[in-house]
Amino acid sequence: MRTISMQLSGTALALALGASIGLAAGTAGAADSVVMAVPSFLTGAGAPAFGVPSRNGAEIIINAINKGKVPAPYNSKGLAGRQIKAIFYDESGGGTKQVAELRNKVQKQGADLVVGYISSGTCAAIAPVAEELKVFTVLPVCGTPRIFEDIIPNAKYVFRTMMHATADGVAEAHYVKAKMPNVKSYTGINQNYAWGQDSWRDFDLAMKVLMPHTTASDKAQWPKIFAGQYGTEISALMLAKENLVHSSFWGGDLEALIFQGSARGLFRKKTLLFSVAASSIYRLGKKFPLGVIVGARGPYGVYAKNIDTPINNWFRAAYIDRYNTPPTGGAYQFAQGVLAAKYAYDTAASANGGKFPSKDQVVAALTGATFEGVTTTVKMALGNGHQSMTDYMLGKSAWDKENGEPKIVDIMKFKGTCLLPPNGVKGVDWLKGGMKGANC
Amino acid sequence: MIQEIVTIIVDGLVYSSYLFMVAVGLTVIFGVMKILNVTHGSFYAFGAYLAATLVGIYYETDLPEFGGFLMLFAAAIAVGVFFGIVLERGLLRFLYHRDEHIIVLATFAMFLVLEDVIILIWGVDPYFAYQPMALLGSTEIVGMPFDTYSLTMIGLAVVVGIVLWLGLTRTKWGKLLLAVIYDRELAQTMGINVTVVFLVTFIIGAMLGALGGAYVAPTISVSPGVGVEVIVLAFAVVVIGGMGSIPGAMIGSLVVGLARAAAVHKFPEVELFVIYAIMAAVLAFRPEGLFAPAKARKI
Repeated sequence: MRTISMQLSGTALALALGASIGLAAGTAGAADSVVMAVPSFLTGAGAPAFGVPSRNGAEIIINAINKGKVPAPYNSKGLAGRQIKAIFYDESGGGTKQVAELRNKVQKQGADLVVGYISSGTCAAIAPVAEELKVFTVLPVCGTPRIFEDIIPNAKYVFRTMMHATADGVAEAHYVKAKMPNVKSYTGINQNYAWGQDSWRDFDLAMKVLMPHTTASDKAQWPKIFAGQYGTEISALMLAKENLVHSSFWGGDLEALIFQGSARGLFRKKTLLFSVAASSIYRLGKKFPLGVIVGARGPYGVYAKNIDTPINNWFRAAYIDRYNTPPTGGAYQFAQGVLAAKYAYDTAASANGGKFPSKDQVVAALTGATFEGVTTTVKMALGNGHQSMTDYMLGKSAWDKENGEPKIVDIMKFKGTCLLPPNGVKGVDWLKGGMKGANC
Repeated sequence: MIQEIVTIIVDGLVYSSYLFMVAVGLTVIFGVMKILNVTHGSFYAFGAYLAATLVGIYYETDLPEFGGFLMLFAAAIAVGVFFGIVLERGLLRFLYHRDEHIIVLATFAMFLVLEDVIILIWGVDPYFAYQPMALLGSTEIVGMPFDTYSLTMIGLAVVVGIVLWLGLTRTKWGKLLLAVIYDRELAQTMGINVTVVFLVTFIIGAMLGALGGAYVAPTISVSPGVGVEVIVLAFAVVVIGGMGSIPGAMIGSLVVGLARAAAVHKFPEVELFVIYAIMAAVLAFRPEGLFAPAKARKI
């Protein structure tokens, strides 16, 4: 019995060693490749609306970069000439698990850089660890302003290529002021966690600055994230005297609220302002309510349809060809994150006389840089050169009869300098101080 | 004022019905088998997914529109029978003699496995089965429009509760079940086939969990993770009402549903707190739950 046990143990050890060696050989960056870890939600409620389209967007642009098929200025092959080996993996499981996953990808699987993460919670957890590991990390999404304001104010290796949630609140308040000047009060329904609370706070603070005569309801709704049943909240909103309802719902929660609200006439009775609903607009199609204000935190997803640039035209066509649906905001944002990495490696290589750059040269190339994303110019203007500013668009949902798909009308465009605080100023302080220095 | 009070009551009843639908199967299984079945969340999720799939297929045909409702029940029966047999015969029967903590861990492991099986079968894209809800339209009560479909959930919960109660107290099969609940070993020595009782109970419990998911499916976006939140809520209701008690599940659902509705309307910031505050209070003053079945003291 003992012999069998020892034989089994020996076999298991040999298999484990073999697997480890094989894994190392299979994933660690060879001399002619760069290993890019790409985490996003592949399971759970965050997967359908955000995670999977984001992964798909990243995969399309990574494959095209490797073949040199992305339009100029990104038409050279690979990152500084080296092929990208992508490791796509699941962001689900919470911050603790993702910190362990990040260490695993960097220390065991040899990841040279990370382009990914969607949840603010995950980004907040991994950002200090990425700095500790000195791994070049591009966060393409993540809404929380706290990344460079509080968590890693002296970041060197971590960058974010999308604007943060403060921009949503300010743009929404500008939109309400311009399009609904008679609004006297407003209420909200937001998920009861950091993202929902921050979104409501920033919108409320921006409204106090831009429309000081308005008041916020003291009965804004705070259902638990992934609750799924919103009948009671919808009743409360229908009974509320406020006609404007702010919501940063996303994913399955957003879609459940839309189904349940539509059946009860919520969208006929109230004007809904959805911070990130663009992620669901194509999938819901005709079931998406008309006349609601739809956010995407930039010219992404449905807002990108009419942006006529070579990169956008190529990306949109490639995505539709592969997935038979237009790219969502997440797909655009992850593609933008990959382009940031491409820009950083190629620029650093040029400055290095054409030789493959060191990690420090790569991060230096992106710090404070300005590069072209898929649909907007990205300026790494905040967070000491690590936080981006981009264009921003906001409008109302409508139905395009001609093409049989959703569209956005009544669009207002904003500059990033109008929506985010100057470098070195925290978003909340800026809002409370009256948004001084905003350049609209 | 009247409108708000009536709205709170209707909202509370709808939510209570939803809670009862998901909790009653859990309590039936615990009552008979003494198994805290975490896989119940998977039954709910599979019920929702299969219902969404069948409803989608059904409405692509030219068959009568109201037939779509039959798809919801067909999904619940199919999921209940399949998983009831596979899990009880394939897993649980090997664990009955083990410590109950081992069984909880085993059902939790199965829950995680089945979450991934859902993704293997249906992928991560959401499924919509909105047609039954759209078909029934809305009903105004004191000037407040409610979707009629959700109101029918109240009726369904009442029917399920009555059928279970009658089945347990008025049928021979129910008396056999009560005998097993009272004392498994003694029931076995009296000639009751406990193996069959366990299998049938597990199938019924699984069917009820799946029915909860199937009936809720038209009101939600059916996507990965739908079973996770539900299992937590179901546990809270079962703990409040008393584990293994069907009247307890009903009262627990009503208490939680009405208290939550009142909180959402009057003090929305404490909505999350209310459910678990009630659970904590019940655990503090009556740890066995409000309606826990009396336990025989064995000497």
